[in-house]
Amino acid sequence: MSASAQTADQTETRNTTCYMCACRCGIRVHLKNGEVRYIEGNPEHPLNQGVICAKGASGIMKQYSPARLTQPLRRKAGAERGANEFEPISWDEAFRVMEERLRKIRSTDPKKFALFTGRDQMQALTGLFARQFGTPNYAAHGGFCSVNMAAGMIYSIGGSFWEFGGPDLDRAKLFVMIGTAEDHHSNPLKIALSKFKRNGGKFISINPVRTGYSAVADEWIPIRPGTDGALLLALNHELLTQGLYDREFLAQYSNAGYLVNMDESSDQFGMIVCDEQAEEKNPHRKHQQLWWDRHANHAVINHTAGSDPALTGSYKLADGTPVKPAFELLRERLMEYTPEWAASITGIDAATIRRLAHEMGVTARDQKIELPIAWTDSWGRKHDKVTGNPVAFHAMRGLAAHSNGFQTIRALSILMSLLGTIDRPGGFRHKAPFPRSTPPVYARNPNDPSAIKPDTPLGGAPLGFPGGPEDLFVDENGGPVRLDKAFSWEHPLAVHGMMHNAITNAWRGDPYRIDTLLIFMANMAWNSTMNTVEVRKMLNDKDASGEYKIPFLIVCDAFQSEMTAFADLILPDTTYLERHDVMSMLDRPISEFDGPVDSVRVPVVPPKGECKPFQEVLVELAGRLKFPAFTKPDGSRKFKDYPDFIVNFETEPGSGQGFLIGWRGKDGDKALVGEPNPKQWEMYANNNCVYHHVMPESYQYMRNWNQEYSDWAHQMKLRRFPDPVIIQIYAEVLQKFRRAAKGHGKRVPPAHLRERITTYFDPLPFYYAPLEVQATDAAQYPLAAITQRPMAMYHSWDSQNAWLRQIHAHNYLFVNEKTAMAEGIADGDWIWVESAHGRVRCMCRHSNAVEPGTVWTWNAIGKAQGAWSLAPEANEARRGFLLNHLITEELPAGEGRTISNSDPITGQAGWYDVRVRIRKAGADEAKETFPQFAPLTTLPGMNPVRRLWQGFVAGKGEFK
Amino acid sequence: MTQLALVIDLNVCVGCHACVTSCKEWNTSGEAGFLADDNPYGRDPTGTFFNRVQTFEVGEFPDTQTVHFPKSCLHCEDPPCVPVCPTGASYKRPEDGIVLVDYDKCIGCKYCAWACPYGVRELDEHQKVMKKCTLCVDRITDTKLPEAERKPACVLACPTNARLYGDIHDEESIVSKAIREAAGYQLMPEWGTQPANHYLPRRAPAKPAAAASGTTNPLDIDGPMPQAAEARS
Amino acid sequence: MNPAFSVVLLTTLIGAGQGLFLAMFGIEAAAAASWIDAPAAGFYVCGSALSVLLLGGGLLASFFHLGHPERAWRAIAMWRASWLSREVIVLPAFIAAVAAYGLLHWLDCDATLLTGIAGALLCLLLFWCTGMIYACIKFLQEWASPLTLVNFTLLGSASGLMLAAALSELRGDAHAAVLAGWALGLTIAGFFTRGAALLRNDRLKPKSTLQSAIGINHPKVVQKAQGFMGGSFSTREFFHGRGPGTLRRVKWLFIAAAFVVPALLAASYLDGGGSGPLLAALLIQFGGLVAERWFFFAQANHPQNLYYQAVS
Repeated sequence: MSASAQTADQTETRNTTCYMCACRCGIRVHLKNGEVRYIEGNPEHPLNQGVICAKGASGIMKQYSPARLTQPLRRKAGAERGANEFEPISWDEAFRVMEERLRKIRSTDPKKFALFTGRDQMQALTGLFARQFGTPNYAAHGGFCSVNMAAGMIYSIGGSFWEFGGPDLDRAKLFVMIGTAEDHHSNPLKIALSKFKRNGGKFISINPVRTGYSAVADEWIPIRPGTDGALLLALNHELLTQGLYDREFLAQYSNAGYLVNMDESSDQFGMIVCDEQAEEKNPHRKHQQLWWDRHANHAVINHTAGSDPALTGSYKLADGTPVKPAFELLRERLMEYTPEWAASITGIDAATIRRLAHEMGVTARDQKIELPIAWTDSWGRKHDKVTGNPVAFHAMRGLAAHSNGFQTIRALSILMSLLGTIDRPGGFRHKAPFPRSTPPVYARNPNDPSAIKPDTPLGGAPLGFPGGPEDLFVDENGGPVRLDKAFSWEHPLAVHGMMHNAITNAWRGDPYRIDTLLIFMANMAWNSTMNTVEVRKMLNDKDASGEYKIPFLIVCDAFQSEMTAFADLILPDTTYLERHDVMSMLDRPISEFDGPVDSVRVPVVPPKGECKPFQEVLVELAGRLKFPAFTKPDGSRKFKDYPDFIVNFETEPGSGQGFLIGWRGKDGDKALVGEPNPKQWEMYANNNCVYHHVMPESYQYMRNWNQEYSDWAHQMKLRRFPDPVIIQIYAEVLQKFRRAAKGHGKRVPPAHLRERITTYFDPLPFYYAPLEVQATDAAQYPLAAITQRPMAMYHSWDSQNAWLRQIHAHNYLFVNEKTAMAEGIADGDWIWVESAHGRVRCMCRHSNAVEPGTVWTWNAIGKAQGAWSLAPEANEARRGFLLNHLITEELPAGEGRTISNSDPITGQAGWYDVRVRIRKAGADEAKETFPQFAPLTTLPGMNPVRRLWQGFVAGKGEFK
Repeated sequence: MTQLALVIDLNVCVGCHACVTSCKEWNTSGEAGFLADDNPYGRDPTGTFFNRVQTFEVGEFPDTQTVHFPKSCLHCEDPPCVPVCPTGASYKRPEDGIVLVDYDKCIGCKYCAWACPYGVRELDEHQKVMKKCTLCVDRITDTKLPEAERKPACVLACPTNARLYGDIHDEESIVSKAIREAAGYQLMPEWGTQPANHYLPRRAPAKPAAAASGTTNPLDIDGPMPQAAEARS
Repeated sequence: MNPAFSVVLLTTLIGAGQGLFLAMFGIEAAAAASWIDAPAAGFYVCGSALSVLLLGGGLLASFFHLGHPERAWRAIAMWRASWLSREVIVLPAFIAAVAAYGLLHWLDCDATLLTGIAGALLCLLLFWCTGMIYACIKFLQEWASPLTLVNFTLLGSASGLMLAAALSELRGDAHAAVLAGWALGLTIAGFFTRGAALLRNDRLKPKSTLQSAIGINHPKVVQKAQGFMGGSFSTREFFHGRGPGTLRRVKWLFIAAAFVVPALLAASYLDGGGSGPLLAALLIQFGGLVAERWFFFAQANHPQNLYYQAVS
């Protein structure tokens, strides 16, 4: 190329935020003549500090993927749903169709519109849309992602992992990762892990499989899937019986010393005893719980000056009520959970469990960190330093995606608390807006069917955090009001909803039929659903009158997929490089330990074809349907478009709180709270698309009980009340449900669910085998089957990516070498994998990095033929497979009932619970995966696929 | 004399493939000419990459190590691929030791690939010339880039900083220190190629400091104390 | 390695061409020493033409191996370092020498013997270069042996002598038997030297192991993923993709076809069997040598293959 040609090239660099996974790293996008030349990590971004992952660096191939949808499409008149026959229509027509249909639903029965979103990073907007529409039937993918992790920890310590909080690896000495797949939390964890190891820290990984992060662990402790709760309880047992817990921390900052009513004849049995006479600090939460002062030997209100609570023993109050400190109840509970007991369940020998507990306890006790940072606690006591115990944990879906996950994660929260590591240096640290109150009553869902009224916003947030039976969203018979049965007695704390049951429930009409289902960015006909084969049939099923059981299905996505095939209307979304987005403090921000951080995406290339960001679709529909929050008093539209909405929306008129915290105020000089700033987008764009508010050091630790921080967070509307967030060693919230099951209170569960509530709503953590395991014959199906997401592939998103699919073109079932040999299965053999619910044929890969009772594969590598613009003969379709075919979304519940295959507390899909058996496929059988589906075809408006070869060079206009 | 190289720390590499695709995206639009992908959306997709991350299992369950192993041209100090090249297309730059291919001279005879024991040269099937890692020579020598960014794309991308870059002939460089301090080694030393790229092995964590004396046991207050036979602290 | 047919043809064709030339030169030298009667000039002319044809054919085949044959001229540049470069220089020079040799015989010039000496030197040099292209890659242990040079020389010569004998026989020259005798001798010698190489290669202990390849000293190291799943240049160029059974069959095939059968046929010819066995020996041996050369490449186990054992 001549020099003159080089200078003629238009090159520019624009900053935005990645969306190749949910990590949200800052990126610099280099453009050449308008084409994406190079995407690199932004060194000035706090989250990724310049690094980028395999997915992020492959964004070019997503942008120019032939699987991109480019125009709105409508199912052809007369074509069967699922037959993949569409005609292009204009956006005007698409909006007309949607407006007409949705207006009719909204003015009759708003709950007949359901909006479920997948890897949605704008839940504050999608949730607002649903609420303004007036439907409770809204959720994102959290119900089958990791709601147990969120709920289990938020209900215990007021925060959780990933964007809510994480391990302080800069100061930790021992790091224990349990049940974490390759991807949560991607680049920040990789950065921290590397520094931690180089600083000489010890990294222990507890996982059935040794890949990814576990690969660089100094010690790998293989564990049987779904038994983490047993291990954690035994670790707690050891810490407690050896005296390796931080007594001071527990006494001051948890409810360990709170007295629990032990009078079985009382309707207050199991509840924490309060001094009702004392002054209330917070109308929503009591803080007058009693301690037993071990010096004075009588009950006092907690944190009474000069008192110190007894943590053990049994006492009688002045009125004769027998009481015990919560810690005593924990101690009694843990007595049976010996290492020997756990060894038989987890497959980890008792000596190893003891050693592990000892290592944690001694490191926490003997390697204390002291920082010369003065702070003031919630009781007005001044401290001249911040101390910490350098043992840090990280956990994710390996604990969460089991139907015993909530209690397992409670056990982990308690372990972290016994070690005294909550929001302290070297341990677990919160990220704004966390910590939030325990129990987390800052978001309330409606609790009465009357919250749903025609032409009226929903009387509450579609998703909230119930604080007791009174917060359940049930009808007068105790039946569910939501389509997915979240917040019903079946799954009372389903705080992320239960998207995984939405289609099955709508199809069955239980609790009711709906009219329109809008799915955004979720592959519910493939890897985002359990029981895939049957769910695909449900999507196409018709009733006796010939009407589809789910009458109208709208799918919004940027790519042709297994899901778009089932749509009646397809809306072409933009890619992340083509739109505005916010990583909002109202939703899922990207805060750091030292302060709140939010960020934005700005378009760096124009939308392809007629692609329109889903946000714009929502803002447009909200305007057309005249939702109150989107309409001026004179009835005209309030927001021109999404960017306008983001800048000018306030949570309440004049609240100064909006989607973004940076550069608020008329001149952009205010942070967190302030009036709307018309130049907010520009200021983000000029500042790496990120706003990082670093708090004073005195705000950065012990935030559950840090008064200065709490007051500030309250002023900045991060918290509703500035009261302390007490660690819930004993979860009284759960006891409230148990009480109801005993018949106490205004709301009691239906008879058939009472035993279930009594069993699982234990205020102290306990171990039970996952529900599906309980229901499966272990002799027939001896192996646990799980999946994990490879670091170079995000769900089903990247098989259309010409670079990433070369790394993971198809998948194998990894089987322990000895397990496979015992079945006569050689490395590379074709095998059948069978569960009680289905079977798949796939290839076997021997491994020594997997526990012998576990088989596993990479998630969502398998694809239906022709989906994602792949050739029907592509590896993904012929040699790749989906484990989802083996997993059921429902379990029998007796008396002909079914119930979601989920955690009985949170409704988290138990998709790591499936049990399988394996056998060699016959020599005469086809050497391709089973099941296979009819191939999908290219849709109108899609670019032709370069089948033979391509050589990408940016700037020539060949890929634009 | 300068010898630029990568030092790859297997102690922290988690096998994420960031180096693989960041290399691809930088170089496919760079001076090396495109890096073609065949069957990009079909059966057995296969393309030209300068860098790959492989996975090995070491040992038997439960004493298994999973090792992620990135591999690209090692820029040997005595590169066997260079003297065999009949046209001089394959050469080692005297100024910095990078082994490069002059695409205008390459006749595509593949002899250099045969002469490389490490399998890091890939013939581009469409441009018909031999391609390989250039250490992003068009980045590291580009004075228009800020100093901190004059590094290979893979090095900048690596989330665990497992790829160190520098001059192994400079005793004080980060790479020389890493090789010295962490027992860096070369691949297939038996052939005397003296690869410039080194690998750092897995390392054991530091021993924890001795237990602090005079610690108290909270069971003094909460009782009962552990029985002597059980006491381990 | 994955044998490239162009290279198999190149080496077998030029080997035969070289052997044929050596046969002519040997006859002329013997005649000059009056050990035998000089053959008619036609023998040299025909032989040289045939030799040039074989050498040219080999050269042509080599072009199919190149990604950029139009740049092939560049390959002469690195003669100081590269055996391939040297071969690229010596091969055309040798072709020129053979052509000149034939021409001079045709024109009945005096300089034929001198030209022949030069040609013979170039011929040996070419054997050396060709052999060294393979023998110089030290980590291709199957090739890195003097036997590679010996075999290239002996097998090329044997096939060329066989061709010369057949030519002589067809032309009715008197030296067919002498040439066939030499061909038989060379075939038997080749049988032993190639056999020695086979025995040597069977006993080779690969210097590189998976342990040295990735630097991890543990008795059990197993690859699980090579970083891509649809293959790459490294899996296409260095793996023949055939099972050990195929390799074994090809080995016995070439032992029979390149050595045993032609030797028996040549002996039968010498025993007065007529031209049939000789022609059969020629054709079968050439086929056998193609198989031998395929095997030569396929058997070479490139250490890079250690890195490309499994996908997942």
